[in-house]
Amino acid sequence: MTELMNEYGWTLLLIVLQALAIIVPLLTCVALLTYMERKVMGAMQLRQGPQTVGPFGLLQAVADGVKLFSKEIVIPSRAHGPVFILAPMLTLFLSLVAWAVIPVNEGWAIANINVGILYLFAVSSVGVYGVLMAGWASNSRYAFLGGMRSAAQMVSYEVSMGLVIVCVLLCVGTLNLTEIVMVERTWWMNALLFPMFIVFLISILAETNRAPFDLPEGESELSGGFMVEYSGMAFALFFLGEYANMILMSAMAVILFMGGWNVPFGLEGDIINAVPGVIWFGLKTFSILFFFIWTRASLPRYRYDQLMRLGWKIFLPFTLIWVVVISGTLLYLDAFPK
Amino acid sequence: MIAEAVFYIFACILIFSSLLVITARNPVHSVLFLILCFFNAAGLFVLLGAEFIGMILAIVYVGAVAVLFLFVVMMLDVDFVGLRKGVMKYVPLGLVVGGLLLAELGFLYFAWAPAEGASLTLAAEPTGLEKSNTHALGSMIYTQYILPFQVSGLVLLVAMIGAITLTLRHRPGVRRQNISKQIKTQPQDAVELVKVETGAGV
Repeated sequence: MTELMNEYGWTLLLIVLQALAIIVPLLTCVALLTYMERKVMGAMQLRQGPQTVGPFGLLQAVADGVKLFSKEIVIPSRAHGPVFILAPMLTLFLSLVAWAVIPVNEGWAIANINVGILYLFAVSSVGVYGVLMAGWASNSRYAFLGGMRSAAQMVSYEVSMGLVIVCVLLCVGTLNLTEIVMVERTWWMNALLFPMFIVFLISILAETNRAPFDLPEGESELSGGFMVEYSGMAFALFFLGEYANMILMSAMAVILFMGGWNVPFGLEGDIINAVPGVIWFGLKTFSILFFFIWTRASLPRYRYDQLMRLGWKIFLPFTLIWVVVISGTLLYLDAFPK
Repeated sequence: MIAEAVFYIFACILIFSSLLVITARNPVHSVLFLILCFFNAAGLFVLLGAEFIGMILAIVYVGAVAVLFLFVVMMLDVDFVGLRKGVMKYVPLGLVVGGLLLAELGFLYFAWAPAEGASLTLAAEPTGLEKSNTHALGSMIYTQYILPFQVSGLVLLVAMIGAITLTLRHRPGVRRQNISKQIKTQPQDAVELVKVETGAGV
């Protein structure tokens, strides 16, 4: 037994510590993100936002967490119990498990696997089950409609997201996330990838069910959508999952298009070089998260057929043509990564 | 040792959940167990060292195909008690089909000979090459097997066109939205200012 402990025990301990080193800062970021969202939206709408709990209202997220924790979890009598409980757990689990491959600095990924980008794409496409299961298991019309909407929406936008990723992979020639950041890109590569960056930004709004594509929740017509029957901690898990997913998708955009932990805009200088890469990574992720909140505060919700039209009739043909354009350019300039 | 243990865990969950797929009373539960099956199969591929195929299995089957399955099954309103009544009638046919498949797999097992110089326990990982799994697979598909690969693509394209032609209907009398026409509309096309005299009406 002691032999087994010596052989595997320390590895296990290391894995647990690594997981905690990701999860604890991530959940802190989620709490701060909810605070940031309310403050930024407040500023945009000429309000104060949270300001009572703690200095500048910073502890508002903690207060909300304590409140949700102390509430009763109501399970509707006609709901499908196990699936109903499993759905929010799955949502949070998937938004956390994807972080295992995200490199926040050079060599700072728990698992530096060869097919990192595929793993991220797989985890984000599985995320739809949390919503779909919640919608079905609640046994309520509103929740069911929300789940159906979400499933169709996420599957539609995944197609164009996949093609955007193909465009990036054509330029860098690797599926490893660390190498995607490390590969040098020429100026014309960046110019060609810029439209794909825009498409990707809009697609991640749809993928995370955020405004202006938050039809699965659509409180004006579905009164809360797939999470209408959830209360207390079960609701909190959905909430945490949604925000962790937002951070995850922002990190994915940073890795694919914004150069990860590298210094942005080719800045030089002693002070700038002394800043660790993880700070740059955080700042870039923060800017995308600000974009999330900015769109939520400025744009009205799309109608469902407009959403589908944008996904299938505009993004899909555009990205498909762009794959051909990028591979054609690479072929013409003989710049395929070797 | 860990690898074997993980293999048996994946394999056991795979077999157990595939049994539950066909025995679960609720069809939605069946599909959920099917998804669990796909996941464990992907896990087995990763254990073999075929990480690319494992991830593609998760993306394509779990992320897209099973979502549509679940979508359809949730929408269906089938009388499952009524369906179960006739089950015994189909048992002989099912046994014949199952038996045939089992026999074929058995023949395959006994007749399967590995290529010269290769062992029966072929690794899915490219050995001796300084290449990752994905690179090796890509260079094989796009050089040696380019024709079968393109032909299978064409077969899928035909299936796709078939599905679209079967479901595409142009019903008369449906009013569709023309976005560009809507955007081009000017205020003077849509609104008319009328000066109404008192007591005269429009």
